[in-house]
Amino acid sequence: MRALIVALAILAGGPALGQGAGSTVPETGGILPTDEMGWPLFPDPGQPRSPIEAEERAMGEQVVAGLSNASVSITTSFDGSEILIYGAVKREEPMPEGDLDVIVTIEAPSQPATIWQKQRRFGIWVNTESVRIGAAPSFYAVATSGPLDEILDPAWDSRFRISLPQALRAFAGTPDVVDTRPFTEAMIRLRRQNGHYRLQESSVTLVEDTLFRTDIRLPANLIEGDYKTRIFLLRDGRVIDVYRAGIEVRKVGVERWLYNLAFEQPLLYGLMSLAVAVAAGWGASAAFRRLRRS
Amino acid sequence: MQIYLPIAEVSVNAFTLTGLGGLVGVMSGLFGVGGGFLITPLLFFIGIPPAIAVATGSNQVVASSVSGVLAHMKRKTVDFRMGGVLLVGGLVGSGLGVLVFTILQRIGQVELVVQLCYVVFLGLIGGMMLQESVRALSRSRNATGGRRRSHQHSWIHRWPFKVKFRTSGLYISVIPPLLVGVAVGVLAAIMGVGGGFIMVPAMIYLLGMPTKVVVGTSLFQITFVTAFTTLMHAVNYNTVDVMLAVLLIVGGVIGAQIGTTLGARLRAEQLRILLALLVLAVCGKLALDLFLTPDDLFSIATGAG
Repeated sequence: MRALIVALAILAGGPALGQGAGSTVPETGGILPTDEMGWPLFPDPGQPRSPIEAEERAMGEQVVAGLSNASVSITTSFDGSEILIYGAVKREEPMPEGDLDVIVTIEAPSQPATIWQKQRRFGIWVNTESVRIGAAPSFYAVATSGPLDEILDPAWDSRFRISLPQALRAFAGTPDVVDTRPFTEAMIRLRRQNGHYRLQESSVTLVEDTLFRTDIRLPANLIEGDYKTRIFLLRDGRVIDVYRAGIEVRKVGVERWLYNLAFEQPLLYGLMSLAVAVAAGWGASAAFRRLRRS
Repeated sequence: MQIYLPIAEVSVNAFTLTGLGGLVGVMSGLFGVGGGFLITPLLFFIGIPPAIAVATGSNQVVASSVSGVLAHMKRKTVDFRMGGVLLVGGLVGSGLGVLVFTILQRIGQVELVVQLCYVVFLGLIGGMMLQESVRALSRSRNATGGRRRSHQHSWIHRWPFKVKFRTSGLYISVIPPLLVGVAVGVLAAIMGVGGGFIMVPAMIYLLGMPTKVVVGTSLFQITFVTAFTTLMHAVNYNTVDVMLAVLLIVGGVIGAQIGTTLGARLRAEQLRILLALLVLAVCGKLALDLFLTPDDLFSIATGAG
């Protein structure tokens, strides 16, 4: 049964998974900064480690962009949402030399997570080792105008935290395993399998090196919060401009009301849940009795 | 039809959930088990976060148990005095179980202990029941005389605080049923189930209750213990998803009625063989999960854990 569900998950995530069979995780060795213990550090991707310097920007190209929705409402029948991201490159001078590329990312609010590894102990499989991640986005999508490792310089990736491995942040405490890489790779692999982490290479259409557009589908299993969208303009692997926008994801209607009740009046909510259960149980019993009598 | 669950924060197919509830409801009406030991793992499989699956599962068990216990009350097959004693034990045990669960969580081995509990208990009980009911079935088939004595004196009759349980036709000490209640409560809290699959055999084989009243009485106890558990989860952890519960319940209450009707037509021995086979099947599946190499050695748990 589990195998079937995994197979379904892979089918559903087909387009996103199609490009990179096998090891889909770009090699990150050597470019991650480390602390005094030698563990990689993951600062907040929202904050570039260093701003784009004025001279680096001097190429005079800027990105202007828009989103099809600035907010997503989660209703009872919510089944995911398609976000269209479009924009143009603004120039005051003639177009400079070099390859122009665009990368779009959408990032959900982060949550702490624990990655467990099973090992065989006394014949049975037991969770033995774990790595705790202080904050990992529950959803992260990267759409690019070309193969990511060709259009993005690793140093710039690390600076703006663009690719999937960079999206995981800050281990919670010192990990108690020697090598954390299998764990973070497993996390990315598992989340890519269920469609929560996506790399949509070459899905950004770039017209005449000026206009671009892409669609990113938000999955049905969204959590509430402020989602961050970033649009990177790159020339020869270097980020030359960033445009940021937010998407507000909120529950509405019954969803909102139940959620608030559950968290603000938990006792009332619990009693209501029980009342619903008892009423349904009694109602069905009564209905069947009547049905049998007639 | 996809539906978004407000607390679980996942989108699932409404018909899948209703069908699941219905299946478990039939079990509930047929065997007097709450069905938690089936519904909780099934909810894991369709991607409901474990904490929410456990809490909401107990809410669904309340509904199917109420439905079942009402049907049994009509047929006068509930021993309220015995049910009350089991319930007192169950509430105490449930409190103890939550304590044990918290400790296990701190060590980080909840999953393993829960799985091992399932394998050991389901294996033991399923095996015992199968052996016993096959023997009973062959006895009733080929022997006309040699009927087993309906009333056997054992160690249970020597304990103090004897009480008459009229519906069950028993005159035994309250201590054994109280202990059964506590044990079931502890296991129920650790394993996140109603505990019927442990209580039903305990009532038959330990307390010597007649099979006819066992199902109704255990449903009576399960109704109140799971209601208590649901409230605890809702208040302490906000993990009850009422939308999910309603979908499961809609299927569950209908299933429970079908199960009760079916149960009245089947013979007690056949019923016991069916339950034994079901228990062994779930046990086998869980044991395989422990022994076979998993598809992926890694797993993600969200939250600070």
